[in-house]
Amino acid sequence: MMLFANLLWGRLTLNAFQHDPIEMGGVVSMVIAIAAIVVALFYFKRWGWLWREWLTSLDPKKIGVMYIIVAIVMLLRAGVDAAMIRAQQALSSGANHGFLTSDHFQQIFTAHGTIMIFFVAMGLMFGLINLVVPLQLGARDVAFPFLNATSFWLYAAGAVLVNVSLVVGKFAATGWLAYPPLSELRYSPGVGVDYWIWSLQIAGIGSLLSGVNFFATIIKLRAKGMTLMKMPMFCWSVLGALTLVVFAFPILTVTLTLLALDRSLGMHFFTAGAGGNAMMYVNLIWAWGHPEVYILILPAFGVFSEVVATFSRKRLFGYTSMVWAIWAIVALSFIVWLHHFFTMGAGADVNAFFGIMTMIIAIPTGVKIFNWLFTMYRGRIWFASPMLWFMGFVFLFTLGGVAGVMMGMPPVDFQLHNSLFLVAHFHTMIVSGVLFGYFAGLTYWFPKIFGFKLNERPGKYAFWCWSIGFVLAFTPLYILGFLGATRRLDHYSASLGWQPLFIVAAIGGAVIAIGIGFQILQLIVSIWQRNSNLDTTGDPWNGRTLEWSTRSPAPAYNFAVLPEVAERDAFWIAKKTKKTDRPAYADIVMPKNTSLGIVIAAFAFLFSFAVVWHILWLGVVGLIGVVTTIILRISDDETEYTIKASEIAKMEAES
Amino acid sequence: MSKQQKTGLKFRLTVGIGLVGLGTVLTGLYLRHTNIVVLNPKGPLARQERNLIIFAALLSLVVVIPVFIMTITIAWRYRESNKAARYQPDWDHSRLAESLWWGIPSLLILILGIVTWNSSHSLDPYRPLRSPNPPLTIQVIALDWKWLFIYPQQGIASLNYLQFPEQTPINFEVTSDATMNSFWIPQLSGQIYAMNGMSSQLHLLADGQGTYQGRSANISGEGFAGMNFAVHSSTMSDFNNWVRKVKQSPNHLDAVSYAKLSEPSQNSPITYYSATDNYLYDKIVLKSAPDANNLSTSQL
Repeated sequence: MMLFANLLWGRLTLNAFQHDPIEMGGVVSMVIAIAAIVVALFYFKRWGWLWREWLTSLDPKKIGVMYIIVAIVMLLRAGVDAAMIRAQQALSSGANHGFLTSDHFQQIFTAHGTIMIFFVAMGLMFGLINLVVPLQLGARDVAFPFLNATSFWLYAAGAVLVNVSLVVGKFAATGWLAYPPLSELRYSPGVGVDYWIWSLQIAGIGSLLSGVNFFATIIKLRAKGMTLMKMPMFCWSVLGALTLVVFAFPILTVTLTLLALDRSLGMHFFTAGAGGNAMMYVNLIWAWGHPEVYILILPAFGVFSEVVATFSRKRLFGYTSMVWAIWAIVALSFIVWLHHFFTMGAGADVNAFFGIMTMIIAIPTGVKIFNWLFTMYRGRIWFASPMLWFMGFVFLFTLGGVAGVMMGMPPVDFQLHNSLFLVAHFHTMIVSGVLFGYFAGLTYWFPKIFGFKLNERPGKYAFWCWSIGFVLAFTPLYILGFLGATRRLDHYSASLGWQPLFIVAAIGGAVIAIGIGFQILQLIVSIWQRNSNLDTTGDPWNGRTLEWSTRSPAPAYNFAVLPEVAERDAFWIAKKTKKTDRPAYADIVMPKNTSLGIVIAAFAFLFSFAVVWHILWLGVVGLIGVVTTIILRISDDETEYTIKASEIAKMEAES
Repeated sequence: MSKQQKTGLKFRLTVGIGLVGLGTVLTGLYLRHTNIVVLNPKGPLARQERNLIIFAALLSLVVVIPVFIMTITIAWRYRESNKAARYQPDWDHSRLAESLWWGIPSLLILILGIVTWNSSHSLDPYRPLRSPNPPLTIQVIALDWKWLFIYPQQGIASLNYLQFPEQTPINFEVTSDATMNSFWIPQLSGQIYAMNGMSSQLHLLADGQGTYQGRSANISGEGFAGMNFAVHSSTMSDFNNWVRKVKQSPNHLDAVSYAKLSEPSQNSPITYYSATDNYLYDKIVLKSAPDANNLSTSQL
């Protein structure tokens, strides 16, 4: 009987569903939210619509929207994690031990970091890339539309797996990069680390495939006449980021696989003993991890380049410099990884080399900031909310950068490593750089996708709450670092005098939460009053690049007639030299919808779940399912359909 | 911009600057009674590290202040409503300007780079300190979740408590017999990782007498938050008295008691051991070597 249960369920038992009241709260609210969505879909009879228009779609704009929806849901989830971290640390001083156990607290910060990087920042990034890159290139689609959908669904499957860990079993309690030996079987025998490995593994493979896809798209599908040096800066920065994806994500895949082999098959890559070495893991994970932060920040830089030029109504200053700065950052980001562990005793020469390389990155980054400022110089600046996000970014990011350069000196890092100063530093870079950038981008390109603008007033309130809340939440952490407070503490002695600062930080967190509230309100109000914010021209911001030349919302085929380009800022030039030729429409070939992307990801999910719980039969089913579905897709020759020129003429005339 | 808008902006600016000022003053008042350990060094290493922090921060201001001033003035002057400002929508290149902002930051980084190279060597934790006083070796073993300190010269050991004489170079040898940790006494020096199968080194010295906080800076599992230890630098005679006291402890650190000690436990009380196995530290470092018996000394 036992043996049978073991064969059927692996190590999954009813115990996996037992949780403390706080975890139960999370589980219940998640179940209620899902139930509400399911009921609403039945009530409004929207299942068919959801399936046909969205889930099986290969349109990168729709895939982009789905990426962003998943990312926003995950932002809320990891935001609740952040709130719990701040609350625990504000309370847990001296005799008071807060409301979370150590183990639960450690799961929460691990989930917070993992989700924010892999499922929020990466999701928003690939969402924006999907929405914007084909349009900016003057292309109808991406290089490999089916691969694109599959990438998204793998990312979504990873996100589901992280959330499943909340209900069935537990998550890793190791910190977001799961250093061995803590993440090895001996010290983390449960399923937590396995959930961590496999959710990142499937999401990471999705990211890698997406990186290859958009890299190929930018290289091969640019509009006629658009040489690389005439490409919009967002596309350049995406090309830089994806180069990093293509080189860095395989390292992640291999590292996670080796750790999984250690845990599942008793190998010894990273255990001390039998020739294994934990330092190898730390090197490998950061050889991916450092490029990763530039993968996130480069597209945000690209957004700012577009936003600053458009809202200053001026050409981007120092285009060539900007391109060189991107590629300098790309190259340098691969030779700085050791600065994440100066404190491992690598020796003075090695530390000094990596320290100096780290500081050198500040030069191209600084160049970009000066170029943006000079784009504003002698411009006519319209302070719409995307521009506000940029202004907040300049101030916060510069200060965060100073903190980074300081820690680039190994002896300084010896004192600040793993302290809350470090935590404050990378949050400054990722919140003010990455998040503010993506928020600006979402506001900027929203009308192109949905046909109406977002309401400005709540957007501006959101900006102020985020900025003020950020300063309130993270200035105390910078100071706490100097007070000797390390990261990831679920409790500290009252005599240290840290508590007032943690309380201020918690208040700052609450202000950020209000900011998120305003963003949700903004979305609701904007949809409600969309008729007063309609974008009828397709060019609501007086834009400069090709995406603004087509109508809003952009049709499935993006451009009725593929544009040709002679210069940078092609649309800006075109607007000045108005041509009134009658467009000559031709037939357009587009990919058909398919459900196979979602099927592959579903099987990949089953496989991962099976490995986490050691359910052999389910793992085999998952693996066979993935391979079979891929073969099915490869053998399908009828993947495209044609829109007749007459239909296009009709659709274009109607809009 | 209308007059009303202008007063509104002025009002908001005043409130904003006032709040920032108030926050700074309150923080300053609060910190007057708090030990800012990283900025309050009690030994030469920590002091030089503090000086580097301040130097790097000040040098960075050379870039930060102009950026902030430029940002504010440009944003204000070229705002949409200011029709008096010059508008040059096609001006996008200036060789001089771009040379300046590639050049000046490069110069600053060159200076910082030289300082980095030199300080990485002079403040290398592996570098023994020069002092007229003979050094003291202390072996540090991170366990789940406590710190074991072995004094091989004295033949004693102590759990979660560290004492050594002032003005004496301390040579720490640091390893872990559990998960990865980081050994950190902020007022005396920066941290070094404690890792399985590896022996890291840290050399430091305390200027005078005092007690300091020591802690682990790297997540090591459930009992991580409790991995603190007290550090006491005393006079030489106090240290010798302490050693005598420890030697009277009934506890011995041998294979059996160590096996028991190394089991996971949290917030363990300070414990003294009057006798230790002199090779315990080496055994712990080497126990996971592929085949410790077959290695020649040269390979070690």
